[in-house]
Amino acid sequence: MSEPINRRGWLTATVGAMGAAFLAGCDKIGQDPKAVNFVSKAEGLTRRVQRLVIDRKALAREFTPADISPVFKPNGSISPADPEYRAHLLKGFADYRLVVDGLVERPLALSLAEVRALPSRTQITRHDCVEGWSAIGKWTGARLGPLLDKAGLKKNARYIVFYCGDTLEETLDGSGQYYESIDLIDAYHPQTILAYQLNDKVLPVSNGAPLRLRVERQLGYKQAKYVMRLEAVEDFSHISRGNGGFWEDRGYEWYAGI
Amino acid sequence: MNSPMTTQDRAAKPKKVLVYRHRGVTRLTHWLNVLAVTFLLMSGLEIFNAHPALYWGQKATFDQPWISMGAAQKADHTIGVTRIGSLTLETTGVLGYSGPPGMQEERGFPAWATLPSSRDLADGRRWHFFFAWLFVINGLTYWIVSLINGHIRKDLAPTIADLKPKNVWHEIVTHAKLRFPKGEEARHYNVLQKGAYLAVALVLLPMMVATGLTMSPGFNAAAPWLLDLFGGRQSARTLHFISASLVVGFILLHLAMVVASGTWNNIRSMITGRYAIEVPDPAVPPSQVLGAAE
Repeated sequence: MSEPINRRGWLTATVGAMGAAFLAGCDKIGQDPKAVNFVSKAEGLTRRVQRLVIDRKALAREFTPADISPVFKPNGSISPADPEYRAHLLKGFADYRLVVDGLVERPLALSLAEVRALPSRTQITRHDCVEGWSAIGKWTGARLGPLLDKAGLKKNARYIVFYCGDTLEETLDGSGQYYESIDLIDAYHPQTILAYQLNDKVLPVSNGAPLRLRVERQLGYKQAKYVMRLEAVEDFSHISRGNGGFWEDRGYEWYAGI
Repeated sequence: MNSPMTTQDRAAKPKKVLVYRHRGVTRLTHWLNVLAVTFLLMSGLEIFNAHPALYWGQKATFDQPWISMGAAQKADHTIGVTRIGSLTLETTGVLGYSGPPGMQEERGFPAWATLPSSRDLADGRRWHFFFAWLFVINGLTYWIVSLINGHIRKDLAPTIADLKPKNVWHEIVTHAKLRFPKGEEARHYNVLQKGAYLAVALVLLPMMVATGLTMSPGFNAAAPWLLDLFGGRQSARTLHFISASLVVGFILLHLAMVVASGTWNNIRSMITGRYAIEVPDPAVPPSQVLGAAE
């Protein structure tokens, strides 16, 4: 055995051992709840800085009809099995009422016809899934701002919670029911709508019929489908597991602007 | 600049002197960058694995990614495949399908390359955005300080002599032979080092941040021009991936050069700032040597 080979063998072994130790260390720290909790604190910084540099009324990019995705990929629940939702679906949502309550002066229960009669907006926007893909669709819906004004938000209302008709995960405590929440900046953004049309047709079940939220400056999981009820709240920590949404309760950021 | 008349021309035994090569800020930002880039690369692969396919343009064309990774059936067993355009490569064990025996699963990059190792997009994002902040703050600090203290102008900007084709070719040939500048010439970065460091610090790493921000639906509303610059959000995701691959390429080349040109001397210089060079004249007082490096 000549010396260079020994030396090379020694070097390879050392580098290999260091690499393995490094990866094992990464794996350990990656699983450590305290470490994950620590790095999670960056979310607050991201939210504050994005709120600071993005004008409150700055619009998400709008596209042309030629940009629309041939198929708007449905994700999450695509056909809710919840009995209440199935009953509405069977009757063509004739008895459906969008409930608006919580910290409002005038609680509402609006039929779909009444929702369609509200000030509306049509927009061709890009939907960004947290997984990484994007789809472009044309949405028509009732603007959330005027709807909230109709109900009259109380002074202490800070968030709007969206309760959905679909159970995405079977749980014993009901925490598998989909829900979402946004703050009033996004609620009053001109592009924030409760959509009832996709690509000029009635919103399909797979994409969230009868109403789905569009909050265009955030990721896909914020775009709650099968919206049944809106609640104005001061704080959402008492709702479900307390993080402000189905995916937020499963580790995703509440502020999904990035 | 320096005549080639250095060590070889003198009979005197060359003397090793320590020159001050890297300022404190350069050293600190270098190691913080190592930390941030390591976490960003590994958590980035975790995020990539949530949808291991890349597209060009504003939106995803699901059946036509330009590159994708996944599992496929071959005879009676599962294999990992990587598709690039119309090319299909079998990459079992590394890309598309990997894991310990009996526990293989369909995944883009293997568990050892991702943070966390398990499939956990939520945690991957949390690691990524935390270290993205460290990366940006550290990078801005490096830029600002290096502009003010002249590091970029004096040490990194190539001189006219550096850029002469003859010199560039000379450096390429000597690097390829793993013969590195010695003596007086080793006091300064050579043109290949300058080019590589400038390209990484001023182009490639900022490109990571810009393409990353272009994927943010929030930031798109503030700077829609970024979408036009990179050709859309899915193009930005592709460019983010390609840039990250180039970063990995740079790191591998950089590490190879560190080892080839003197592992310990290089590592010491990035820790203590002192870099040993061989000077022909033992009479040079150390005080004159210090500081002359920069």
